[in-house]
Amino acid sequence: MTAATATAGLNLAGVTLLHGDGDDTVTALDDVSLTVQPGELLAVVGPSGAGKSSLLAVAGGLIRPTSGTVHVGDADLTNASQRDLARLRRARIGFVFQSGNLLPALTALDQLRLPLQLGPVEKPRDPRELLDEVGMSHRADRRPGHLSGGERQRIGIARALMTRPQLLLVDEPTAALDRARSQEVVALLARESHQHGVATVMVTHDHDVLHHCDRVLQMTDGRLEEHVG
Amino acid sequence: MFLAWRELTFARGRFALMGSVVALIGVLMVLLSGLSVGLVNDGVSGLKRMPVEAFAFEEDVDHSAAFARSAVDVTAVDEWATVDGVKDAAPFGNVLVNTRTDSGVDLDLALFGVQPGTWIAPSSATGEDLAGPGEVVLAGDVRDMGVDVGDVVVIDQIGTELTVVGFLDGQHTFGHVDIGYVDLPTWQEVHGGVRPGEEAPAWVYEQVTAVALRGDGIDLAAGDAAIGTTSMTLDESFGASPGYTAETATLQLIQVFLYAISALVVGAFFLVVTIQRKHELAVLRAMGASSRFLLRDSLTQSAILLVTSTAIGVGIGLLLGSGLSTTEMPFALEAAPVAGAAVLLVVLGMIGAAVAVTRITRVDPLTALGGNR
Repeated sequence: MTAATATAGLNLAGVTLLHGDGDDTVTALDDVSLTVQPGELLAVVGPSGAGKSSLLAVAGGLIRPTSGTVHVGDADLTNASQRDLARLRRARIGFVFQSGNLLPALTALDQLRLPLQLGPVEKPRDPRELLDEVGMSHRADRRPGHLSGGERQRIGIARALMTRPQLLLVDEPTAALDRARSQEVVALLARESHQHGVATVMVTHDHDVLHHCDRVLQMTDGRLEEHVG
Repeated sequence: MFLAWRELTFARGRFALMGSVVALIGVLMVLLSGLSVGLVNDGVSGLKRMPVEAFAFEEDVDHSAAFARSAVDVTAVDEWATVDGVKDAAPFGNVLVNTRTDSGVDLDLALFGVQPGTWIAPSSATGEDLAGPGEVVLAGDVRDMGVDVGDVVVIDQIGTELTVVGFLDGQHTFGHVDIGYVDLPTWQEVHGGVRPGEEAPAWVYEQVTAVALRGDGIDLAAGDAAIGTTSMTLDESFGASPGYTAETATLQLIQVFLYAISALVVGAFFLVVTIQRKHELAVLRAMGASSRFLLRDSLTQSAILLVTSTAIGVGIGLLLGSGLSTTEMPFALEAAPVAGAAVLLVVLGMIGAAVAVTRITRVDPLTALGGNR
């Protein structure tokens, strides 16, 4: 872990995460080191329970690692307080959840405005422009209940990009989508990552979308390895 | 405001349901407040409107029945006049009687005996002031029963006749009974059960119910100790009028329960809403929303709900109440108790909501990840 590698994107060094205690200890992440460059789309594949979600949680500052260090850009997440972690998530990190996880009460346009309500944002994107960029401007006034899965996911991606994050963490974006929609959504993720220089980590089961990604890693039993196949 | 308002309008059915519960409690609060003010007025308006600061009753008299039981020697009046802070002291008598007028109207009266022309004697709004024996000045409300100046009121059993010479302004009641002012000797005879034409024993003219006092910073304790009386301020003496304590306590109990119910109901509602939003809150937390933001959002929501529905409820209550005020029911709307009830309803609701939404701070953003939707 050197200062030089921690200037941009995501940097994990020797990260181990243990769950539980005593005899029930589960190793969720086992000495994981990983660097994702700005503009790079990294896919992490692996079976359920391999630690993919834990990787996102640690990278996104939702859990502190048991050991090792986590940097997003020049910010050290390893020992940050809950308050600082919330601020970092707000300003530097975007989350894209399974099936979008949009708020049912908000229209598509308001979903994009929401991140700007949570706290001060330095250089926010224009919500309408971004909605247009993900091809959803014709759905601006619809609430999630009246949107398809693919549409919800596009809006979820746009919402995560509103604050111009350095790091985008994407959790199974295609879990609820058919083949064609899956391709579109991941293509959109790739395009946005490249265009705006966002370091993106996407966790997925879906091997059909991997060709959109710049790099693919395999997670097995908490260990991160080169993907073969 | 951003989220709070959008969620309110999105789930408007649910919030409207909760709002109606609060509004209905508001209606009930206004009606209860009107009823309790009305009952208080019906019980003690005659005392409230006296220029008296305190009454000195018989020593160790039963507090809750002092006006009925107390008997004080008239000499106590002069003794009280010399007590520190007393400006004026006057003899005061009270007795409840059943009467019938010569025009055939049955009338229950609280006869207040006072010396005509003194500070404690009221001035009539209609007719003449009280001047001498055999006269009575009645509460203004009695006119609505068809009694008029010049009518003769006959007291049941003893047959004493009193001529109505005047009426006071509006409501003067004591223990839900209208008041009639008579001069002190007449009162003493009625109180002593002396029939017209009978020779009254001397002790009859030596007794009054209490010494009425006015002044500035009266030293009641010193007076009681020196003279051997038990005194109460005017407000304390309300409790000595028939049924007053029981009525006010009952209504207060109902109100306290309503406040508690409304706080609990609002709390329970927001607890359910918060639990239902758990996943949503986890997503917001993962996005970096602070506890403060989420709490403020939820509390804004509860404030909008409570203020709006309380306002609607109080409005409906006032509308219904103004209809009731014109009926026979003891009902009177006063701004202060109604406003107090409204504020209390909102504040207690907010406390209920606040207790419920604190569990927001315990929502783990981690649950936003994975397929647990």
